[in-house]
Amino acid sequence: MIDIHGLSKTFQGATRGTVVEAVSDLSLTVAQGEVFGFLGPNGAGKTTTVRMLCALIAPTRGTATVNGHALGRADQAIRRSVGILTETPGLYDRLSAEANLRLFAELYDVADPAAAVKRYLGLLGLWDRRQDPAGSFSKGMRQKLAIARALLHEPRVLFLDEPTSGLDPEAARLVRDFITELRGEGRTIFLTTHNLDEADRLCDRIGIFKTRLLAVDTPAALRRTMFGRQVVFHLARLDPAWVTAIGALPQVQEAQAAGEKLVVRLEAPETTNPVIVRKLIALGADIQFVGELRHSLEDIYLRFVNHDAGGQT
Amino acid sequence: MKHIRTLIAKEWAEVFKNRIVIFTVSALPLLMALLPLGILLSTGGAMSMEGDVSDLPPSMLKACGAIAVGDCFQIFLLNQFLPLFMMMPLFIPIAIASYSIVGEKTTRSLEPLLATPITTEELLAGKALAAVIPAVLATWASFAVFLIGLPLVGASGPALLTALSPTWFAATFLVGPLVAVLAVIFALMVSSRVNDPRTAEQISGALVVPVLGLTFAQLAGVLVLNVPLMLTVAAGVAVIDVVLVFFGARLFQREVILTRWK
Repeated sequence: MIDIHGLSKTFQGATRGTVVEAVSDLSLTVAQGEVFGFLGPNGAGKTTTVRMLCALIAPTRGTATVNGHALGRADQAIRRSVGILTETPGLYDRLSAEANLRLFAELYDVADPAAAVKRYLGLLGLWDRRQDPAGSFSKGMRQKLAIARALLHEPRVLFLDEPTSGLDPEAARLVRDFITELRGEGRTIFLTTHNLDEADRLCDRIGIFKTRLLAVDTPAALRRTMFGRQVVFHLARLDPAWVTAIGALPQVQEAQAAGEKLVVRLEAPETTNPVIVRKLIALGADIQFVGELRHSLEDIYLRFVNHDAGGQT
Repeated sequence: MKHIRTLIAKEWAEVFKNRIVIFTVSALPLLMALLPLGILLSTGGAMSMEGDVSDLPPSMLKACGAIAVGDCFQIFLLNQFLPLFMMMPLFIPIAIASYSIVGEKTTRSLEPLLATPITTEELLAGKALAAVIPAVLATWASFAVFLIGLPLVGASGPALLTALSPTWFAATFLVGPLVAVLAVIFALMVSSRVNDPRTAEQISGALVVPVLGLTFAQLAGVLVLNVPLMLTVAAGVAVIDVVLVFFGARLFQREVILTRWK
């Protein structure tokens, strides 16, 4: 659905003759129906990447196809087949919600603009406010209106740039739920966000990006790569000798004490946990709970981004 | 063409909610028509007299030929108002285009617009026509009010014929629209660089200087506004229009708008 090879973009720097590289050698494939999270710090080049993929700005190097259309050769076709939610909603504040959507339905050559506008205003709970100027809307309503605008022409690929940025928790949840619904319809969603918890919940795969792609995989796979799999055994009392005994098991990579908890790093908890439980019981331990230690996406993100910053200094 | 019509409709729906723009498009042209009529009315007594030949530039007297000096004086006075109908299509589109582009910049609404399948040419044409059409129509309406008012304020037959002459029609119906195109493209270019519509208006307003130059040159007797002069002015403005449209189209490229319009 989105296929990127060596995409790069440079801009002229603030000083004459200098060049700033915003995106460097990005190669990536996003499959149909996938929600792909594109994570990175401010100024990492995420918006520039989205703009290139929406045929808004031309890449300096590299190639990409979006929805089967080649960037630079079929830009109009790309623009026709993708929907974009820009970082700021960019609504016409003096126009009503309905007029805002009607304009875009006509520019996208939607067959029945009135029906499309009605459908999405209804879906996003804005139908009763359709005659109100967009300028009178709350931040959450403006974002919903901007999402409706991105969907009017039923694009198969959606680019959502910070869709919940600045929204209160309730509005953010509404937007997230709507994204989940869109995924259910089989649309491909390219989501840039700073909200790592949101990315963790919504995305099938994530890419960590800072001018270049630092890592790309499913959140679970990135956790495994970064931290391995860790299981915590909550015990009533921990004898230091038990740590040594569990650590000596062939299936265990590492065992550590953390208060009255035993933290074990291992390859396959599904098969190894029963072995450890039996061993602990044999050693006389009272096991209260057993659970897999789940590192947050933030831990993974910060490790990549900070490591990259460290590498550059 | 459908995209251009859609964009024009949106521009009008938005920009005509702005009171400054409404005043510029409606009240100002009306004032521009009533002001000369008022002046002609108040000087009606003086014009009915034979007048003093020394009051008129020799070039004007020569142009009047066999017309009575009093009538010639009235024609001379009337001709001073002709540049108004070339000035109107200049400042009206400047106001519309300035508020339109700067408004888009401040609300950041250009990016979603550029993400649609609209072409650069359609975008430029839509924005330009949305400003040019009201300007030209308002100017023509103002000219119509002026023509209807002339007999009512005591304009003589030769003066009436002057207002209905090819020179006036060339100025209003040929130079006017060309000036409007020039003004709107210039205003779009200026608006792309500033973030305040009033600043854009003031900078673009510099275009009024050449028209004022025509007025003063005529007052001083250096120029007589006639058909050849109007055609020359029209040709000159048309050339400038073509050059500005070329540069305007480059300025309206998506990447330029998104990366350089600050």
